[in-house]
Amino acid sequence: MSTRKLLLGNEAIARGLIEHGCRMATSYPGTPASEILSAVADFRLKDKLGMHVQWTVNEKIAFEIAYAGCMAGLRTAVSMKQVGLNVASDPFMSAAYMGVKGGFIVISADDPGPHSSQTEQDSRMWAMMAKIPVLDPASPAEAKEMVATAYALSEKFNTPVMLRPTTRVCHSRQDVALGLPATTGAEAKFDKDPARWAAMPKFRHKLHLELEEKLAGIAAYGPTAPVRLNPKARSRKAVVASGVAAAHTREILPELGAWTKVAFYQVRQPFPLHAAFVEHLLDTYTDILVLEETTGVIEMQLADRRRVKGKQSGFVPRVGELTPERIQTLLGGFAGIRTTVASVEGAPGRRPTLCAGCPHRASFFAIKKAAPRGIYTSDIGCYTLGMNLGVVDTVLCMGASITQAAGFYHAFKHARKRPDIVATIGDSTFFHAGIPALIDAVVQRVKFTLVILDNRTTAMTGNQPTPASGFGACGEPLDAVDLESLVRGCGVKFIREGDPYQLKDFIELMKAAVAYGRESGPAVVISRRSCILDQARQSGDGDVVAVEISDQCDGCGYCLKNFECPALIHHAEDKAHLHTSIDPMLCVACGVCLHVCPKGAFQVKK
Amino acid sequence: MKTGISNVENGNKSEPVRQQILISGVGGQGVLFVTRLLAEAAIARGLPVFTSETHGMAQRGGTVVSHFKVGEFYSPLVRVRQADGLLALKSENLAQHGLFLKPGGWAVVNARDRKSLELQGTLVTVDADDLAHKSGSVKSVNLVILGFALAVAGKMKNDPDRLFCTLADIEQVVESSFGKKRKQVSAFLKAIQTGYDAFSL
Repeated sequence: MSTRKLLLGNEAIARGLIEHGCRMATSYPGTPASEILSAVADFRLKDKLGMHVQWTVNEKIAFEIAYAGCMAGLRTAVSMKQVGLNVASDPFMSAAYMGVKGGFIVISADDPGPHSSQTEQDSRMWAMMAKIPVLDPASPAEAKEMVATAYALSEKFNTPVMLRPTTRVCHSRQDVALGLPATTGAEAKFDKDPARWAAMPKFRHKLHLELEEKLAGIAAYGPTAPVRLNPKARSRKAVVASGVAAAHTREILPELGAWTKVAFYQVRQPFPLHAAFVEHLLDTYTDILVLEETTGVIEMQLADRRRVKGKQSGFVPRVGELTPERIQTLLGGFAGIRTTVASVEGAPGRRPTLCAGCPHRASFFAIKKAAPRGIYTSDIGCYTLGMNLGVVDTVLCMGASITQAAGFYHAFKHARKRPDIVATIGDSTFFHAGIPALIDAVVQRVKFTLVILDNRTTAMTGNQPTPASGFGACGEPLDAVDLESLVRGCGVKFIREGDPYQLKDFIELMKAAVAYGRESGPAVVISRRSCILDQARQSGDGDVVAVEISDQCDGCGYCLKNFECPALIHHAEDKAHLHTSIDPMLCVACGVCLHVCPKGAFQVKK
Repeated sequence: MKTGISNVENGNKSEPVRQQILISGVGGQGVLFVTRLLAEAAIARGLPVFTSETHGMAQRGGTVVSHFKVGEFYSPLVRVRQADGLLALKSENLAQHGLFLKPGGWAVVNARDRKSLELQGTLVTVDADDLAHKSGSVKSVNLVILGFALAVAGKMKNDPDRLFCTLADIEQVVESSFGKKRKQVSAFLKAIQTGYDAFSL
């Protein structure tokens, strides 16, 4: 039997955790990090391991739970996407001072591009600010190896260690060698030491001094030192690369005929950069090219940058992914080799859209009917795609739909014409960061309507459970929190629940809510209908309403513009016979479109 | 039937396998599934493999593309003008990703007809929507295309253009991955076979 298995980068990281004795793993889902914890849960079930695996309410909570586990001497890990680290930044900064007992890995996945994120921020900058070491894997196989390195580093220097994969590592698959799951490890034991674990500012000063000493040691630690990949090349020029940029470089340099012409180093620990390496680089080379994503973190640590080309110098683009095409051009220019790269712009692809049958589409359609000229604040999740329907005006960060609605209300409250304000937020996002915002809106008597799009799951990231689901990461039964009681507990007086699939009734419900929200204070609508992807997974199909479009259709395009279901196909081939039809491949027979056509052309299939 | 690092069938045994393929379609069509089958086939042959996928926001009905590399590679991505082949699950994907093909590369495209499709290389089209419909599952376009591509690329005259794997390899992967779910296995194999049979020289 082969011991090599096809693993997604995120699965490789999970496997590394399992094989190196991780006893607690926590996470809040977010692309490109989501599959790490799902994979840990799968391995845990398959190998019947005694460990705690948990989806938490948000990243700060995930961090603090895993951190306490390492204080008790266990190996633990927390995973999140890069903007999740912003949410967890408060404990992250302090944990750097206090250090660890058991090994503790903070996995923060970056998204250069960005492909599925609000920003291209570089988590390594957070590591630099907190003064903790960070490892930067170039491939799924290396990410798995780095988990072992990270635990060893963490325990040797009593510090949290960041593992920073990027999208191209998280979401590539590679054949990876499998080892056995670790079955032994430390038992939980907490040594009280208030001067450290509850340090007052006086002790924090001491801890900061210790941290600086640790960093100096880490910058000389052998196992994480940069690697020279082509020792035979003799040159006064050097390329220094980390992460997937190093993988691209390793493939492209030989193809350019430059493998023996330019020295090539892979940096595995971008911060703190090894002090001897910095000296060696600046002593040996007259020309240095640094390739890294997304900020010049390695570059910034090269004290004398007169001979350095990188992000800071402007030689390497500061925005967007360092694609292999970009790297080919940069390497060619740097090595003095002519190389042409064809344009990478193909025909534009399709824009993402809400799935056919997505309950959010129905909710948005109803919101538009109830408050046609409103200000629509929204949030992070699938429903950001409500933008396509013209019912999402703002998206800032997790939970901001509610606070921005409040901000708009206060901005307009003395204006002559006050717009209706309707905020949309998903159930998981509401639990994550919406609750304090709603309490604030109640206290401040903010006149707006909040629609909680309750699809019973965290859909965008692959249908992870929410606090209302009643089960955990490994499918184990858990307690569930009731959304309506929670909203009531925040002090909201107007709460209605509705099923957006019952579109006619739901529009009426929305109108009543908007009227209340406009005059009397926060109105909350819980729009409840399971995500169709989640339903398909649980194979509960629900009611099927097959719809067809009659000859009444004159191809006016109203449904396409205002309902924007991907299962609707517009036919404009024959100008005399414009019409719309339903794509049987995409249609899930939700029946919502029956109520959309102003001419009544949609009808139940006979 | 492990053959190690060598070309299949009558291939030149001294040339190690090194192939780059793009698979593109729209979210929900099963681009990742096809990529996965190819990757498992590579592993079964003892070959190193890399794939790169689209997840998250971009997956919701938007264009989805996977990069597939078998043989000795370090980067998970295929560069422009480097791909040996392209599997396009929608005809529109040719215009989006055709530029990844190297001069003379091959493309297998799901299209009703060849009109308005252009490629400097080997272009083969098949109406996979129709075939999938007739084979009883409208959602199996991905496997019909895969089967068709195995037939096309398997019968290419030039050795380097041959796919690294055969129909038998893919059937083996389906069996070993879904063996217990007999109904699913037979549906998958039927769709692949439908595509395979649709091509003749």
